[in-house]
Amino acid sequence: MNHERKTMNREIGAIERRKERLDRGIKARTEGLYAIQSWREVLYLLAPRASLIIGLLVLPLVLPGLYWQRVLGLAGVYALLAISFDFLAERVGLVCIGGAFMIGVGGYISGGLNYYLKLPVFLTIPIGTFGGAILCTLLWLPCLPLRGIYFAVVTFMFPFLTTSIILAGNLFEGTEGLSPIAGFPSTWIGIYLILVILLTSIFGLRRLCGEDIGVVFAGIKDNDQAVYASGINVTRVKVYALYIASMIGCFAGAFVAHFSGFVGVSLFAVDFSIMPISACIMGGPGTLAGPALGALILAPLSELLRGFGQLRVVLYCFVLVGFILFKPEGLLNWATRKYHQIEHWVKV
Amino acid sequence: MEEQKKSILKVRNLSKSFGGVKALKEVSFDLLEGEVLGVIGPNGSGKTTLVNAITGFVKPETGEVFFKDMRITGLPPYKIADLGVARTFQVVRPFLSLRSFKNLIVPLWSPRARRFAGSRGGDRDAVAIDLLEEVGFERDAYVPYKSASALPLGYLKRLELARCLALRPEVIICDEVFSGLSMSEIASMVPLIERLRMRGVTLMMIEHRLRELFSVADKVIVLCFGEKLAEGRPEQVMNDEKVRSAYLGEEIRL
Amino acid sequence: MEVIVYGVANGMTFVLMAMGFSFVYGISRLPNFAHGALYVVTGFITWSFINSGGLPYWLSVVLSLLIVSLIGMAIYQFVMIRVRGMPISEIIVSFAIALAILEGLRLQGIGGFKGFIGPGYVLPRVIDGVVEMPWVTIDLQRIVIIGAGLLLLGIMWLFTHYHKIGLSLRAMAQHERAALMLGINSDRMANIALGIGSALAGLAAIVIMPLGNVNCESGYSVLTNAIAVCVIGGLGSWVGTVLSALILGLATTLMSAMGGTMWNNVLVFGLIILILILKPSGLFGRQKELEERV
Repeated sequence: MNHERKTMNREIGAIERRKERLDRGIKARTEGLYAIQSWREVLYLLAPRASLIIGLLVLPLVLPGLYWQRVLGLAGVYALLAISFDFLAERVGLVCIGGAFMIGVGGYISGGLNYYLKLPVFLTIPIGTFGGAILCTLLWLPCLPLRGIYFAVVTFMFPFLTTSIILAGNLFEGTEGLSPIAGFPSTWIGIYLILVILLTSIFGLRRLCGEDIGVVFAGIKDNDQAVYASGINVTRVKVYALYIASMIGCFAGAFVAHFSGFVGVSLFAVDFSIMPISACIMGGPGTLAGPALGALILAPLSELLRGFGQLRVVLYCFVLVGFILFKPEGLLNWATRKYHQIEHWVKV
Repeated sequence: MEEQKKSILKVRNLSKSFGGVKALKEVSFDLLEGEVLGVIGPNGSGKTTLVNAITGFVKPETGEVFFKDMRITGLPPYKIADLGVARTFQVVRPFLSLRSFKNLIVPLWSPRARRFAGSRGGDRDAVAIDLLEEVGFERDAYVPYKSASALPLGYLKRLELARCLALRPEVIICDEVFSGLSMSEIASMVPLIERLRMRGVTLMMIEHRLRELFSVADKVIVLCFGEKLAEGRPEQVMNDEKVRSAYLGEEIRL
Repeated sequence: MEVIVYGVANGMTFVLMAMGFSFVYGISRLPNFAHGALYVVTGFITWSFINSGGLPYWLSVVLSLLIVSLIGMAIYQFVMIRVRGMPISEIIVSFAIALAILEGLRLQGIGGFKGFIGPGYVLPRVIDGVVEMPWVTIDLQRIVIIGAGLLLLGIMWLFTHYHKIGLSLRAMAQHERAALMLGINSDRMANIALGIGSALAGLAAIVIMPLGNVNCESGYSVLTNAIAVCVIGGLGSWVGTVLSALILGLATTLMSAMGGTMWNNVLVFGLIILILILKPSGLFGRQKELEERV
C-alpha cells in the first residue's frame, strides 16, 4: 500500500515539471545552404570537426617526452579498436567482442613477415592489414548467421582458442614470442601514421554510413528479415562490414607489432577485447568519434595507474558498468546534444 | 472466350510441421499470371506458413514450388525476392529507425532493383519519394520525410507494399494487408490494389476481411488446418458445405 | 580404466561448475558471466573464515554460501536489473563485474593489501583419505564430488518440479509473459534464481577447490567450462547438461592423458566455437533453433 502511494506521489510530482529541449537558433540557421551566410554559422559547423582534427594532429607535439608519445601510440590502437567495435555494433548490429583476435592476427602476420622473411615495415603493415582482414573475415564467416548474443560469445572465444593453439603447439616461438621486430624509422612517423589512419577511419566510416549502403547497414541492424525480403543477401553485406572493421583492427595489430617491437600471445589479451567496449560506451556509442576519444582518455589513465598492477582492469570495468547503468548515451552524444540544443525545465 | 493464362506460380504438395503440429498438409494450387488469388481460412489454418514456405522464410518438408517453371523450393528468401516474388509481412516490419523514404533505399539497393534501375538509378532518394507517392503518401505534407516510427498503421501497410514495388516484382504475396485498418483506410487501399493489378502484377492475398477481398479477387482458395478445402470463384467457395462448416461450425439439427 | 573413472569424476566437476550458470540462464535468460568470480570469491571467503577467523569448517562453509548468495542477489538487484532485456549489455556488464572482482582480488600494494596470490591458499578437503578399488586408486574427495554432484542434481530436479518457487521459476523460463500474468514477479524470481545460482557456484567451489588451490585463474576457466557445458549440452534440459559435462570431462581427461594439459584449452574452446557454429541449440537442446539462426 505504501509503495503504491509513493509512486503516485512521484508521478504527481513529475507532472509539474518537464524538460524541454529546443534546437539552438544557430543550428536551425545552419541547415542546408544557409550555413554559408556568415562566418559564425560556418564556424559553428566546422568547429567540432576542426578541433578534433587539429587537436589530434597537434597532440604529439605538446606531449612531454618519448614515454607519453608511446602511450599516445597505444591509445591510438585502442581507439582504432573502439571505432571498429562501434561501427559493427551500432551501425550494423553485429556485436563482435573479438578485438583481440584482430590485433593478434594483424600483429602475427605483420610481425611474422618481418621476423621470418625480413620484409620492411612499409610492406608488412599493408599485408598485415589486408591479409589479416581477409583471414579474420573468412574465419568469422561461419559465425555470421548466428544471432546477437551467440555471435558475441563466439567472437569472444576466438582469441582464447588461438592463444591456446599457439601455446600448446608451441607455434611462432610460443610463450617467448617473436622479437625483435623492426620499428618505425622514428617514433614521429609511427605516431602520425596512426593518428592519420584514426582520422581517416572516423571520417571515412561516417561518409560510408551516409551512403546508400549505410542505410542498408542500418536496415540490417533494425530488422534483418525485412532486408532479406527486400532481395538483399544479408550475409554478404555483413561480410563487407566485417571486412572493413577487420581492416581497421588488423592495421592496429600490425601497428602494435612494429611500434612495440614484439609479437606474442599478449596480443590476444582480453584487454584488447574489453577496453574498446568501455571506450565505446563511455565515449558515445554510434558516433565513431566518441569511442576514439573515449579510448584516448582511458588509455593514458590506465597508464597512470600502471603502478597499481591490475587496478587498470578494475578501472575499465567500473567505467564500463557505470556508464552502461547511468549514462548509456556516452560523453560525445551528451556533448553533441548540449551543443545543438538548449534545455530547460518547463512548468506543465 | 477465356484466354489460357499461364501459371506463374505452381505449388505442389507443400507440407510443413512444427514440432508435432502439421501446419501444412499437401497443399497444391496454381497462381495464374495477372490474377488476384485470395487465400482465406480460419485462424491457425496455416496461411502465413504457406507464405513463409513459398517465399523461403521456412523450409518445407515435402513438396515443390515453381516460379515460371523454375524450381524455387528451399531457396533463401533473398534469392526468391530477387527472382521477382515479393511479400509483405502480417505484422508490419518497417525500418523504424529510418525515415519513410529511406526505408525504400534498402530494396532499391538490391541487385534486382539495380537491374531494373534505368537512367535514374543513381538517385535512389528521388525514386524512393516517387514510389511513396505512388502508394499514396502525400508529398506536400512531408509525410515521406517522417520517421517510420511516427507513421500510423495505414501508412505502414502502404510502406510495406512500396517496399515490394521497389523490387519491380512479378508476384506480390500480401499477408493480411487489410487487417488492423479502419474502414476508411481500407477504402483507400482497395483502389491501390486495383492499380497494381492493372499494372500487370500478380497478387496473392491472404485475408480475413472477406468482403473487401471478394471485391478484388478473381479466385479464392480456402485453407483449414493446413489442408486446402476448396478452390474457385468467391461465390462458389462460400456456398461450399465444407467451407461453411469450417468457418461457422456444424449445423445442429434438433 | 583409470582414465574412465577420473574422467567421470572430472565430468562431475564440470556438472557442478555448470549448474549455477545453466540454472540462471535457463531460468531467467540471464547470462551470468560473473559466475566464475562468485566461485572464486566463495573460496576466498571460506578460507578467510577458517584461517583468519578461526571458525569451524562447516560454519565457514554455510556462512560463505550465504554471503555469496547475497552477493549474487546484490549484483542482480543493483546492476543487472537495469540492463535486463538487452542480452549483450547483460553479458558485458556481468563480465565486467567478474573481471573487476577477479583482478581486484589479485591486487597488491593498496593500503598494504596483499593480493590473494600464492599456493598457500588451500581449502581443506571434506574427507581425507584414499580408497582402493579393484582397478584404480581414487581419493575420497573425488568420490565426494561425484556424490555431491548427483545429490545436487537430484535436489534441483525435485525443487524445480515440486516446490512452489521452483515451479514458478520453470514457468518463467518457459514463457515469461504468461508467468507474469499469473502473478509471478519476474524480478523477484530472477533475484532468487541468481541467489540460488551463486550458491551453486559456491558449493562447486567448496567441493572442487580442495583438489587444487584457491586462485584467480580458476575463475576464468570455471566460466569457460560452464559456458562450454551449456553450449554443448544445450539449454532447457538437465539431461543435456549432465551428458555434455560427462563428455567434456572424459574428453579432457583423455586429452590430458595423451597429449598434456596444454591441449585441454584448445579442446574446450574449439568445441564451444564448433558447436555454436554448427548447432547453436546444443547437442541435446530443445531451444527453437529459429531463435538463434536466421
